[in-house]
Amino acid sequence: MPRVLIETRDVVKDYRLGTRRVHALRGVSISIHAGEFVAVMGPSGSGKSTFMNLLGCLDRPTAGQYCFDGVDISGVSRDALAHIRNAKIGFVFQTFNLLARTTALENVELPLLYGPSASRARREKARAKLDAVGLSDREHHHPSQLSGGQQQRVAIARALINDPALILADEPTGALDSRTSVDIMGLFQELNRGGITVVLVTHEPDIARYADRILSFRDGRLTKDETLADPMDARQVLASLPATDDAEESA
Amino acid sequence: MNIWASARIAVRALRVNKLRSALTMLGIVIGVGAVITMVAVGAGAQARVAEQIQSLGSNMIVVLSGSVTSGGVRLGSGSQLTITEEDAWAIQREIPLVEAAAPTVRGSAQIVYGNLNWATSIQGVTPEYFVVRDWPVASGKALSQEDVDGATKVALLGETVAINLFGDSEPVGDVIRIKNVPFTVIGVLDRKGQSTYGQDQDDTILIPLSTAKKKVIGVSQANARSVGSISVKVREARMMHAAEEEIRGLLRQRHRLQTYQDDNFWIRNLSEVLESQEASSRVLTMLLAAIASVSLLVGGIGIMNIMLVSVTERTREIGLRMAVGARGKDILMQFLVEAVTLSLIGGAVGIAFGLVGTYAVACFAGWRTLVDPTAIVVAFGFAAAVGIFFGFYPARKAAGLDPIEALRYE
Repeated sequence: MPRVLIETRDVVKDYRLGTRRVHALRGVSISIHAGEFVAVMGPSGSGKSTFMNLLGCLDRPTAGQYCFDGVDISGVSRDALAHIRNAKIGFVFQTFNLLARTTALENVELPLLYGPSASRARREKARAKLDAVGLSDREHHHPSQLSGGQQQRVAIARALINDPALILADEPTGALDSRTSVDIMGLFQELNRGGITVVLVTHEPDIARYADRILSFRDGRLTKDETLADPMDARQVLASLPATDDAEESA
Repeated sequence: MNIWASARIAVRALRVNKLRSALTMLGIVIGVGAVITMVAVGAGAQARVAEQIQSLGSNMIVVLSGSVTSGGVRLGSGSQLTITEEDAWAIQREIPLVEAAAPTVRGSAQIVYGNLNWATSIQGVTPEYFVVRDWPVASGKALSQEDVDGATKVALLGETVAINLFGDSEPVGDVIRIKNVPFTVIGVLDRKGQSTYGQDQDDTILIPLSTAKKKVIGVSQANARSVGSISVKVREARMMHAAEEEIRGLLRQRHRLQTYQDDNFWIRNLSEVLESQEASSRVLTMLLAAIASVSLLVGGIGIMNIMLVSVTERTREIGLRMAVGARGKDILMQFLVEAVTLSLIGGAVGIAFGLVGTYAVACFAGWRTLVDPTAIVVAFGFAAAVGIFFGFYPARKAAGLDPIEALRYE
């Protein structure tokens, strides 16, 4: 059995909205092992985003315990959280969040600015990651010159730059057409096979079926935790799709 | 993240909104430019005063014949020649603070050269006079002790006199007539310009003291050794007061004045007058610089304003940077460097503006200006400080953002 990467015990998160207290998470206990591909599902307001933020060390729980890669997150400082995010977690967002007027290569390099590596090493590393997502010929393009799928690939390359233990993807296909979505899911599956743990938030059941485990949230609680015996393979799905939409990716 | 990486990011961010960045810098440009120009104008005024002190002869005290009371009637200053050549020699000999003392008599006469004539003041002087007044000879030679001892008929012309009588031709060696007495011109004095009171100091002729008494101005009936004034050069500026008191004491003693009697001479410390003028022009400079600094401050507020807008506009970017590992202080540094970059570029352009402005003032207003390198350094440093001060609040605001909310910001 691989090691446990993520472990939460009775995690509670409350927000204060004006005078009202919002209970976003009401006690969630879960373990995710290294190498898993997990999809988190639930309607809006179910607490899945809050859960993601906790997993991503962007926030600390109000009560309960969260251990990430053997470190208890509940007690560490803001700066220490930033360090963990930088070194061990890669984020992928629905709207890509690339810096405008900045080349693909520089976007990929961004997390390295906040780490210890020297400038020459940064460039080489960023090239390698862009190459890994199949965009080595686009390194000097700005986000506005790239298609949605390409932008998300740049964002994934950025997430990979520090060889993280975990990739957290928040609705990564939400802004993409269905064929590109499948393509991106294929990339995640590929990375996962390479050993990276992937946790994906989505509200699309179709997308969730590419993962091997689905966590469902409702009203701040984990309502279902199912392991898929037979997840879909994006490569096969892509091969079966008509090739007419190809124009976008090769543009 | 090092400072250079921050600076590169800052420059890039500023280039995104070129017009906005330029307008923001304008405040600093005007501030720095104004400080430099104003200080240059003030320093120019100070330099003028300093030059006047120089033209008067630095560290100079003048002793004038004073009033005497004759049968209950007090006569005005200089009404009787109460000071003598011996007083001058005594001052020079007995007061160590004094470098030189020059007895002088003064009169006026019509000067004739060929078919030209000119009315001017005649001063009978000794060689010490040139030392006391710091007055070099432009061409020819100065008076010597032999000239004074021998009462030779030689003259040195002030520049104004030389021009009026000789035009462009060389006066040295020619003969002029003063009250019908022929004098050989042995030299022309260097240009001194106007005195503090607007008097043309170059409109004068210097002749030996002895000659002046015998041939031109005449001798006092009461005392053949008397002189109109004694110009005294003190060794050091800070000794002026002490020297003044010692001269007073010495002269009172020599004139055998009792304690109840007033001085029968006047002591004028002219440098002091000018020094107070210098002090007031220094205050003026400070005042101008202070007013100009206010515009620098206003420029700083402009920077703060724009940085706040920028932080708001780039909230998502800040959230992203934080998500990928930027700590609060990295974000703080980024925005602080951006604000300082704005102010430093503004400062650099402001220096150029200030120099051009100074030149323009000198050209069009005809004012004397003096660019002070210290003012440039201080203004530039102040601009940087303004950038840090006014950039800090927006930067801290950015650094304090919550990454989750920042990422969600629309």
